[in-house]
Amino acid sequence: MTLFIEQSLNGLQFGLLLFLLAAGLTLVFGIMDLVNLAHGSLYMLGAYFAATFAIWTGSFVLAAVLSLFATLLVGMLVEVIAMRRLYGRDHLDHVLATFGLILFFDESVRLIWGPEGMSLPLPAWLNRSVEILPGVQYSAYRLAIIVVTLSVAVSLYLLVMRTRIGMLIRAGASNREMVGALGVNIKLLYTLVFGLGAALAGLAGLMQAPILTVQIGMGENILILAFVITVIGGIGSIRGALVGALFVGFIDTMGRAFFPDLLRMVLSPTAASTAAPALSSMLIYLLMAIVLIAKPEGLFSTSQR
Amino acid sequence: MRKALIAAGAVLLLAAGPSLAQQKTIKIGFVTTLSGPTAVIGNDMRNSFELALDHLGRKMGGLPVEVIYEDDAQKPEVGKQKTDKLIESDKVDFISGYIWSNVLLASLKPIVDSKTFLIIANAGPSQVAGEMCSPTVFSTSWNNDQTPQAMGTYMNQKGVKSVFLIGPNYAAGKDMLAGVASTFKGKVVGQELTTWPSQLDFSAELSKARAAKPDAIFVFYPGAAGVQFLTQYAQAGLKDTIPLYTAFTIDETTLPRQKDLAVGVPGAQQWVNDLPNEANKKFVADYMKKHPGMRPSFYGAQSYDAAMLMASAVEATKGDLSNKAAVTAALKKADFKSVRGDFKFGNNHVPIQAFYLQDVVKDDKGEFVLKTVATIVKDNQDIHHQKCPMK
Repeated sequence: MTLFIEQSLNGLQFGLLLFLLAAGLTLVFGIMDLVNLAHGSLYMLGAYFAATFAIWTGSFVLAAVLSLFATLLVGMLVEVIAMRRLYGRDHLDHVLATFGLILFFDESVRLIWGPEGMSLPLPAWLNRSVEILPGVQYSAYRLAIIVVTLSVAVSLYLLVMRTRIGMLIRAGASNREMVGALGVNIKLLYTLVFGLGAALAGLAGLMQAPILTVQIGMGENILILAFVITVIGGIGSIRGALVGALFVGFIDTMGRAFFPDLLRMVLSPTAASTAAPALSSMLIYLLMAIVLIAKPEGLFSTSQR
Repeated sequence: MRKALIAAGAVLLLAAGPSLAQQKTIKIGFVTTLSGPTAVIGNDMRNSFELALDHLGRKMGGLPVEVIYEDDAQKPEVGKQKTDKLIESDKVDFISGYIWSNVLLASLKPIVDSKTFLIIANAGPSQVAGEMCSPTVFSTSWNNDQTPQAMGTYMNQKGVKSVFLIGPNYAAGKDMLAGVASTFKGKVVGQELTTWPSQLDFSAELSKARAAKPDAIFVFYPGAAGVQFLTQYAQAGLKDTIPLYTAFTIDETTLPRQKDLAVGVPGAQQWVNDLPNEANKKFVADYMKKHPGMRPSFYGAQSYDAAMLMASAVEATKGDLSNKAAVTAALKKADFKSVRGDFKFGNNHVPIQAFYLQDVVKDDKGEFVLKTVATIVKDNQDIHHQKCPMK
């Protein structure tokens, strides 16, 4: 039972972290109709900024806040310099251009920070485990991630559902042309949305940094998962991103945790332990395939095209 | 005028022809990872190989040496492509490098078929030591399971009664976990293989290890994954409760990021930077002089030895690499000063060598360094050599 609680927390933490990435991706994809492969690079930048600021300031929290603003700024700059030229173009052009951005960011990071990667050490109050229930130990830092991401999810919900900007964002996701025709400064809205997406990716990156360490290309693996979540949740839907991310986080963690044991009941132990990691990493894509068959638009589709 | 030019050209060609034939160069292909998160390993191997060439005066047996470095991006299919290119279009005399067992296994067939001499500088899949051994394939590293076997022996000495094994799901990961289990006399209470190289979050595995309540955890995570594992192991609060034993998880390429997390975590290795032989002292000192702020790792030490092994064979055959049997015989003597101290090749061309226990300490400059604590086994030979038909 304690193992199950621990694994559920692991799944929740991973899912919420993925939500941060997927939320930004789905916003940009849904509102600006822009496929942004470079989203993972912003995640990487968030981690690098945080590691650098932590060395300069000596404070983890301060570094996290500074890094958040830095990625927001970089995101807005990227939108103004590069993304503006891509609106209304073919998706293939987006893929090509943003793939180019990945190479650009990877190489820039190599030039600025060097190829060996960095680490972001945790302060002592986070770098330990706490007893959450009698007999259940859990990493304090992973708990902190859960708290931070949950509050971000709530504020994002309030921002999108309760504010004027949020209304425009939702309107943009459903019908971009009409929003523009109604006299909304769509350019500024786009810059803001892209910056917000970048900041969310940066937040995910900086929070993963103490767990996974900071290195070039760290965003590429996780980006695939973020895309899967966007597809499952429905493009442009924040709620869909949250549900999809939690699904993926839980399935991935639970698959890794319990699938090998289940498999051992039917297969020989060696065959089971070899096949289990491969099969459990397939579960997510299986889920995506099922969702695509049942609801091709995703679970919470906003598009009315 | 035109005739004169042609004549002049012909004369030049004639003059150049014979000297070209005399000035044969030794061409070496070196396949390693030079991009991505594990590029730091490839860099260390290249630095060490280059240092060996410096020490050799950039000549082997009096002949100039040309090295072509290729990046496998840690992917078997890329490694195979680069290997094919080195053999078919560059027509190299020697091929070396290979960090990853899965990359090596994918690339092995074209190398063996073309009878190009292969000096493996790291990867040690059990197949190559066993049924797939070949007269033209040599290793300056180890077979995958030797190092974890030494660790298993050490865990017996420490009185460990039960262990939980964690490693990546690829050729080397499976060899490593099987290696520990083969010498460890206690109970293996659980074993987890993780998706490689994409899975970097080990929360589910660490939770299972904690729930299994073992005396110890054994891991094998080479490169950056080793940094991630140690970090998460500490964050999960396991550092104070379940001791960790490792193979190829803590080395000079990862230590600058593992820092104090690695202190007190034992590892087994056939080479440690402080081994007290002359060749090693020269290697380590000159490496640190040439690359300030960096320290060589065992990957580098093995690459350095690979260059020295090649040079010894070119020297012994006087640069005539066409007689394959003679080159094999020369290589098999291992007639050079290895930085790990003396070793000899087994029938399968895998070294028979000692394995040491290494630990992390802070030196007088406040830097984290590895040091030798004890010799775990001497003259250790891999268990697969009987499956190799070579004598």
